Amino acid sequence: MAAHLSYGRVNLNILREAARKELREFLDKCAGSKAIVWDEYLTGPFGLIAQYSLLKEHEVEKMFTLKSGRLPSADVKNIIFFVRPRLELMDIIAENVFSEDKHHSSRDFHILFVPRRSMLCEQRLKEQGVLGSFINIDEYILDLIPYDGDLLSMEYESAFRECYLENDQTSLYHTAKGLMTLQALYGTIPQIYGKGDCARHVANMMLRMKREFAGTQNQILPVFDTLLLLDRNVDLLTPLATQLTYEGLIDEIYGINNGYVKLPPEKFAQKKQGEASKDLPTEPKKLQLNSAEELYAEIRDKNFNAVGAALSKKAKIISAAFEERHNAKTVGEIKQFVSQLPHMQAARTPCFPTLLKNEIQSLSNNSRQYPVSPVSASEAFFDNLTVEQEFMTGVDTDKVNTYIEDCIAQKDPLIKILRLVCMQSVCNNGLKQKVLDYYKREILQTYGYEHILTLNNLEKGGLLKPQTSSRNNYPTIRKTLKLWMEDANEQNPNDISYVYSGYAPLSIRLTQVLARPGWRSIEEVLKMLPGPHFEERQQLPSGLHKKRQQGENRTTLVFFLGGVTYAEIAALRFLSQMEDSGMEYIIATTKLVNGTTWIKSLMDRPESQTP
Amino acid sequence: MTKSKADEEDYWNSSKFKAFTFDDEDDELIRLKESRQAVNSIQRLVEEDDDEDDVEKVSWSGEPVGSISWSVKETAASNQRTDREPAFPKIPTDTPSLSKSQSGYSLSSLFKGETALSDSSIRLYAPELRKPKSEYKDYVSDWSPEETIQRLQQGKTAPLEKFRSLQDKLLLLDFAVSAHDGNVITAVLIYLKRTLSKEVLFRELESRQTALRHFIHYLTETKDQRLLLELLRALGRTEDVALLQYKEHLSIADENKRRDFLKSCLSLPFSAEDSAHVQDHYTLLERQIIIERGGKVEIFQKFPRRASILNMPLITTLYYCCFYHYSEPEGTYSSPLNIRQAFKISEKQYFVTALAARAKLKAWLDVDALFTSRNWLGFTRKKSPLSFQRVVDVLQKNSAPTQVLQDYVGLVEDPDMRISLAQKHKCHDIVINTYRDMKDRQQLLGYRGKVGRGSAEERKIDELLNNQQIRWKN
Repeated sequence: MAAHLSYGRVNLNILREAARKELREFLDKCAGSKAIVWDEYLTGPFGLIAQYSLLKEHEVEKMFTLKSGRLPSADVKNIIFFVRPRLELMDIIAENVFSEDKHHSSRDFHILFVPRRSMLCEQRLKEQGVLGSFINIDEYILDLIPYDGDLLSMEYESAFRECYLENDQTSLYHTAKGLMTLQALYGTIPQIYGKGDCARHVANMMLRMKREFAGTQNQILPVFDTLLLLDRNVDLLTPLATQLTYEGLIDEIYGINNGYVKLPPEKFAQKKQGEASKDLPTEPKKLQLNSAEELYAEIRDKNFNAVGAALSKKAKIISAAFEERHNAKTVGEIKQFVSQLPHMQAARTPCFPTLLKNEIQSLSNNSRQYPVSPVSASEAFFDNLTVEQEFMTGVDTDKVNTYIEDCIAQKDPLIKILRLVCMQSVCNNGLKQKVLDYYKREILQTYGYEHILTLNNLEKGGLLKPQTSSRNNYPTIRKTLKLWMEDANEQNPNDISYVYSGYAPLSIRLTQVLARPGWRSIEEVLKMLPGPHFEERQQLPSGLHKKRQQGENRTTLVFFLGGVTYAEIAALRFLSQMEDSGMEYIIATTKLVNGTTWIKSLMDRPESQTP
Repeated sequence: MTKSKADEEDYWNSSKFKAFTFDDEDDELIRLKESRQAVNSIQRLVEEDDDEDDVEKVSWSGEPVGSISWSVKETAASNQRTDREPAFPKIPTDTPSLSKSQSGYSLSSLFKGETALSDSSIRLYAPELRKPKSEYKDYVSDWSPEETIQRLQQGKTAPLEKFRSLQDKLLLLDFAVSAHDGNVITAVLIYLKRTLSKEVLFRELESRQTALRHFIHYLTETKDQRLLLELLRALGRTEDVALLQYKEHLSIADENKRRDFLKSCLSLPFSAEDSAHVQDHYTLLERQIIIERGGKVEIFQKFPRRASILNMPLITTLYYCCFYHYSEPEGTYSSPLNIRQAFKISEKQYFVTALAARAKLKAWLDVDALFTSRNWLGFTRKKSPLSFQRVVDVLQKNSAPTQVLQDYVGLVEDPDMRISLAQKHKCHDIVINTYRDMKDRQQLLGYRGKVGRGSAEERKIDELLNNQQIRWKN
């Protein structure tokens, strides 16, 4: 299941194995049969590390979801809570433990905090009077989770909000810790570059932690040559734009979480007439999306306009290869044929080629003609895209946009409106006070006054702001970094701008320029972007200096603090594959995001809103 | 993708790529499916070559079989089957409060008391991380502030109580901050909160922004609203105070209490613009409470409402009033015009909302009146703040009859758009007149085939085609 992690340039399976080993060790510490009570949020990230079978081998007999009230009965010796360090969860645990004691006094309680123990939580347990009931309080450091062969994620959803709204740097501490673990496994990373305040913090912490370990030296030959730390707030624009790669679009339309996409049952109801309908699913179906599926790996980073052609080509190759089975006569030939089976893995998951087929087909059709009302979903999609592209190219960003106005009048989803307004603000280096006031007023009147709180959050996060200086430096940044490419080639891309059909993500341009010709060439632009940029070196023991072969690629780990999109990942993979780039990229992030999930994480949830 | 549309058209329609049409009936996909079935059957034969973990089975619930989230559901379900008694009986709600009374906790015990669980659980890394040199000092207990912080960071015990002087406490805080470990910073802050007076704590935090932010976060998390407000006030962050207090209205369910609470918010030190919004919020709820009670019975019987209007956004309220209270005199609270005035709703928003509500009721005369304006000579003409294309759109969605539609289709300014809308809604007159105005003989000729044979439309087209006065462009 995890084989796809070891195919990449860096064998990330080592990290997964380390995490599994630690999990086994913890489970063995609680001798005897056990039941795990899960903080539901954690099951997703844990799924990337271990299957139920591993837990079963270590005497986990039951698993429950954490809920208030009494624990379900289970004839086990140990009850282990797997939880995030959150106060509200502590209250539930306390309730569980309280109602338990009277019935079974023989069960042992344990808590495993993921990813860190928390003083605050332990204090809360103490206040509730249950801290003493726990035999074991431990932490399971799940900082960086291997997500795919070239991708690591902390699955830390609130990182951006915590860093930029609440100024809570805990997630940065976890990041630094995660990077230390990574270095323990893959060797010290000799060069560190960074841009942004959070990047600076993380680098400082790493250097400090390294000093604490001084005396013993890491003897592993470094796998990574360079680490690049990037703050999400250096590039607020990219996540706001609609991703136009296949995988990005799946994420925009259905949402990908912890590597899985949930698809509505209609997607699978296309059975032929006459077939029994009792097998039709009624619940959404979950599909795992990663490079283990070869066909998916091949098309996921393509622009959606190129997916149809790619699939068609692939279908031909597969059927041709398959015809060869008739020619296989000897045992050897059959073996040879069987060995090719992994290349025909499309056989296993019938959904990939057809996933999004309707969406993409209608989108592709409509990109060619001007449809007259009624407003269809795809027309709305293209109108939206047109406005986004206008903003990114700097057209009329200083006026109230009529499309946004119309969307508000039609009561389109609030997040869509916020994405667009924020985008306009970012592309204009802040909105004119009059324009900002107008948007705010319209939004509050249409969606409710309580959203004052959300608008304030967006201002604090820098996504929405009044123009303070009369100078809008976005055009300079756009021109210097070539953020807009007029002739983006979607079918056979020659530049990263294909991932947004014209817009080259700023974050990836920074990465590209760093590799060649270097940041010195863009000092002026770097100064316009928020936060410091810096370079640090970590000394290697003399024996560990790599002797580079002629033409051997270098490896850079790019860490996005505060989230990264699938389209950005696609752009980095594109750079890795470019023949003359000489650089391979491994990507790490606090969380995979898209504009919608990102804005949502910044909204002030009226949690206690009355029905 | 907005570029070279013609190219794409070629591409999508060209026979070369037609092979992939996403269509199920398509040859290649069928071939793909066949091969898939065959591959499956072969795979069964050579099962031993397969790593057991390699094939992921998916249950019909959609969760991959064997995944953790699937198993949680599964074992929980099986548990419920065997367990006859109700799964979660309600426990008396007063139990947790028993423990709360004994909150004379000592923080140090957090770090000192449970040595069994923290020190014995020194975790091993795989492959093992080297231990920092500081760990070799475990047996000494006289730690400096810096060492204390390091120990806390490693999840070990370290008493904070011995730091008694303000200077030591602040040193502790500064080391915690420079370690960037939020958890440790919070632990120190809890200690300082317990042992320092508010005035001193607030003063010192003011010059330590990071610690201050963590403290604010801590107070928010623990819902210590009172101290938080006090702190923000002491810092002069009045707007934050106002917003924080305003936010509390969300947890008030009773509408009258909520209204009174919003009223009390009016005097809070909001920024000028937020202040206006909060005032509007209050006024709106106040009105909604009045509107909720009023209205004529008949219309509510005819079109029963689906939800209460309380706490709905302003524009929703306006729609509601345009629906149920349209003709009320302007003096009443529920009159749409009164609402428009009171909240300075933009012309466009007002029109869209009123149009949608009246069209829904099929009150076409009201729709007509909405757009009719009189100039000083007494002539009437139709004016709209939104494009007539949008107006047609709204009307058509509410299944307006052709007579109504054609009035507005005729007002669409762009001739091409007008023609395509008119064709779609079968407003023949408009199509014919527009072609005439465009002097497009060819199109008119073509359209002749689309109208009924011998119909009035056909005669009109013939008349035009024979008219010698018109200078056709083609």
